[in-house]
Amino acid sequence: MKLIVAIVRPDKVNDVLEALYRVKVRGLSLSRVQGHGGELERVETYRGTTVKVELNEKVRFEIGVSDHFVERTVRAIMAAARTGEVGDGKIFVLPVEKVYRIRTGEEDTAAVTPVGVT
Amino acid sequence: MPPGQLNGADQAWMMTSTALVLLMTPALGFFYGGMVGTKNVLNTILMSFTTLGYSLVAWALVAYSLAFSPGNALIGDLRWAFLKGVDLATGQSLGPTISHVVYMAFQATFAIITTALVSGGIVSRMRIKAYLIFITLWIIVIYGPIAHWVWGGGWLGQLGALDFAGGTVVHVNAGMGALAAALVLGNRTNYGRQAFLPGNVPFVLLGAALLWFGWFGFNGGSAVASNKYAALAFTNTFLAPGGCMAIWSLLDLMRTGKVTAMGVATAIVVGLVVITPASGFVPPFWGLVMGGIGAIPSYYVIVWRARTRVDESLDVFAGHAVGGATGAILTGVFAVKAWNGVQDGLIAGNPHQVLVQIIAVAGAAAYSFCGTFVLLKIIGAVSALRAAPQEEAVGMDPTQHGEEAYTSGEGAILVLPEGSEAPTLGPAEAKA
Repeated sequence: MKLIVAIVRPDKVNDVLEALYRVKVRGLSLSRVQGHGGELERVETYRGTTVKVELNEKVRFEIGVSDHFVERTVRAIMAAARTGEVGDGKIFVLPVEKVYRIRTGEEDTAAVTPVGVT
Repeated sequence: MPPGQLNGADQAWMMTSTALVLLMTPALGFFYGGMVGTKNVLNTILMSFTTLGYSLVAWALVAYSLAFSPGNALIGDLRWAFLKGVDLATGQSLGPTISHVVYMAFQATFAIITTALVSGGIVSRMRIKAYLIFITLWIIVIYGPIAHWVWGGGWLGQLGALDFAGGTVVHVNAGMGALAAALVLGNRTNYGRQAFLPGNVPFVLLGAALLWFGWFGFNGGSAVASNKYAALAFTNTFLAPGGCMAIWSLLDLMRTGKVTAMGVATAIVVGLVVITPASGFVPPFWGLVMGGIGAIPSYYVIVWRARTRVDESLDVFAGHAVGGATGAILTGVFAVKAWNGVQDGLIAGNPHQVLVQIIAVAGAAAYSFCGTFVLLKIIGAVSALRAAPQEEAVGMDPTQHGEEAYTSGEGAILVLPEGSEAPTLGPAEAKA
């Protein structure tokens, strides 16, 4: 099993979700994060106070998948989240030691296989 | 009181009304601001606020004179341009018992909010520079002529069109302008694929409440005197939104099984729009009924519009063009001369008035739609109207204004003026 962590632009979240749905990736979680990935900082001015904003809003997907799902999941995210500009994000694929499905106690590959799929 | 002599009660009520109507423009900013996402809320609120600068200046410089000086049947002249001759005397303006300056200021607040209303069709995608050019010119070339036609002695007024406080001049005009603007600007990126949900529904309710409050000046002040017609308009302004809300939330309940907050807020505004042209012309019972009837067309046009491919984003067409037309036509139905001292409508035996009202609506609608369309095409030829797709993706607040509505301060690094050095110690340590 692998854990896929993808950091993408907030405005690409719907595209990514749609792409994952199309390749039948069903289980995922996402969270709003702030990060910096080399894009130009933004300048903001509030009356006399000028600041450079170095952190940008991003969204982090976390998806546990069985090994043969890794390739299609990564391709789907990459195609959906890309604009070609700096700041499109990153995808990390991490090894996973153990997975449990809380409801049934199933382990590992069975635990990351969606219900109803064999 | 002979005409031409200052009447203290009239002057006091008209100054109060001016302040009330002025409040409606920021209120509209919050009403619209709550309906967009949190990355565009400042931009949307500012689209209303900036009319208080740019459109107001254009009004004072030329638009007031074009709208309200005698001129011809189509447009006024420039006798009051640059506020020349707009003085403290009475009897010069269309407010016979108040100072000319007060009449100019009162009418300015109408022109300003009408311009701000148009912004609802084009939120979250227009470059602010192009928008400022647009609101400066729109008040002159679109609002000015239509106000002249109906109120300034122009052809619709001569025809006998009844528009107490701006059903055609303000609402049909703004709604058609917003529709034309939405067609020129084009849809928001991902419109039709992605839901655009309101970012702050409480703002929408707060905006609607403040609009209702300000509208007492809008309709009540349109008597241009503190008299019985002002009292009638005031009372109808109280009754119609209630009637509209009752019917609107019943429609909501029938369609979705829920009474929605967005629906209640929208119903208040639509009820006010519908009663605007009729407020000083119809008896109060019919004012209440008009609010209720007015809910129906606007409600179903909003439901239908969301299924179309036209991103007239905040439904200015449904609320204001449809609501304004409904109100203007029903004015021709329910007007009673015994109440308004001017003209009877259909129920009092004058069916011809309905036809006059329809002509006024059609004239204002056609000019506003075509004029706004052409104006934006011309502005677009010299300055890009749309923000770049990546700017739209990040949001209009950071890209057009360099600000965010809700800042966290995380990752914000203070930029110090050239040549100055950052203090190396905190103030407490420096003292020690």
